[in-house]
Amino acid sequence: MRGHLPPVIAKVASILPLLPLELVARHLIANAMAARPSFASRLAEHAGRTFAIDPVDCPFVFLLVPSEGRASVRVVRDLSDAPHDARIAAPLIVLLGMIDGTYDGDALFFSRDLSIDGDTAAVLALRNAIENAELDPSLVLGLPRRVRGPFNGAAGFVLGNLRRALDAPEESGPGRKALIA
Amino acid sequence: MNQATRRPELICPAGTPAGLRTAVDAGAHAVYCGFRDETNARNFPGLNFDRKELRDGIAYAHEHDVKVLVALNTFMRAGAIDLWKRGIDDAVEAGADALILADIALIAHTRQAYPKQRLHLSVQAAAATPEAIAFYRDRFGIARIVLPRVLTVEEIARLAAAAAPCETEVFVFGGLCVMAEGRCLLSSYATGKSPNMTGVCSPPSHVDYREENGDLIASVGGFVVERFEKGDPAGYPTLCKGRYRANGSLSHLFEDPVSLNAVDLLQNLANVGVTAFKIEGRQRGRAYVATAVQAFRRAVDAMAAGEKIDVAELRALTEGQRDTTGAYKKAWR
Repeated sequence: MRGHLPPVIAKVASILPLLPLELVARHLIANAMAARPSFASRLAEHAGRTFAIDPVDCPFVFLLVPSEGRASVRVVRDLSDAPHDARIAAPLIVLLGMIDGTYDGDALFFSRDLSIDGDTAAVLALRNAIENAELDPSLVLGLPRRVRGPFNGAAGFVLGNLRRALDAPEESGPGRKALIA
Repeated sequence: MNQATRRPELICPAGTPAGLRTAVDAGAHAVYCGFRDETNARNFPGLNFDRKELRDGIAYAHEHDVKVLVALNTFMRAGAIDLWKRGIDDAVEAGADALILADIALIAHTRQAYPKQRLHLSVQAAAATPEAIAFYRDRFGIARIVLPRVLTVEEIARLAAAAAPCETEVFVFGGLCVMAEGRCLLSSYATGKSPNMTGVCSPPSHVDYREENGDLIASVGGFVVERFEKGDPAGYPTLCKGRYRANGSLSHLFEDPVSLNAVDLLQNLANVGVTAFKIEGRQRGRAYVATAVQAFRRAVDAMAAGEKIDVAELRALTEGQRDTTGAYKKAWR
């Protein structure tokens, strides 16, 4: 499958505990929200909704609840017992590419690399808020400004090669360009 | 006429401040955008600009010698016209290079309140005859008209000649409305909301996707409009591009899920006097904006230099993963 991690990674991940992943996810999202405090204002009435971010090649799903000035995140094994308002599903490397602006969400939807269900309006609001946030790896990791350029360059190189190795959709847009700059 | 003045302007979409900066950096000659409310025809969740964002965006664009056109191109709702009038005041105060308008009363108000403000006639006004264009030009001093996407190149040639000195702008890439814009009622019929009045076609609040055995089923306002089989490219959930059963056969009655791509017609359109090329897609992401703007800027520059280039990268951005020259080359018209 296009852009999917090798199944062996999913197998290994399925026996690992979720708590460390959840703690890391909380930390990264807190960094992003601190760097972009107006993020939730773009969500308007959709702030407070529960979004299931589903990396379809991984044995876990993120449950994200962005609201004014902060966001909570939980990691679950499956969605059957996890109420949510909307679900956004794609391979992990594709989801990461949507966050940093490498991919256009509509194009991924047209090519069927991305699927959504649930509250379509909330999904669009989240997508547009992420688009406007211009998140990059160094910002999400909370790195100091002086190292962001070189770090983003290196991260862009690694992610670009990973996308090619996984036969992910062709990258376009400012994401990769911005990472290299 | 020298080469610089013959080079048409590239008008690019900006759905967010980040999108505006992306378009400017990618080589736009001008960007168009709107406020975060029902005054413009891309009133989607999370999209558009508040007042400060517009002022900052215009400042950024002007620093890079790029114009900003502000769309207030929906039709005013009775009892709420102050929303549109405030939008005009704020866009002018922010330094918009032009306003893109459709409602004739709003145009009259704006011309009276701001006699020197440059005004463009939105595609939403559906002015497609020399008489209509002359009326807007002579009565309100409209400087440019955005032509509907239902015309052939030959029709555009005749209209451009009749419109002069009013400039003409045509869509060259992106979503393809196959109806006379501003007059299409399909979305209203299904959802009670339309681009004309509330700024949304197939509003996402009325769109539902569900998967069934790998097929993607898209509904609008409770009407199933398409069933995309597993692995097949998908399109927007618009009624005009839905697939319906009529007289016993299943087909796309109005238009396939497909995007407009007139990159191969740029020279023809320039030759007939078109002043500006517009890329649709304020609802799209920065990746789309960067790719489409860079590709068309290269194409416009190459055209001005008498060269032709390949811009194959545009295909990956298209609805249904297919493109068309739309009505521009439709012989049956």
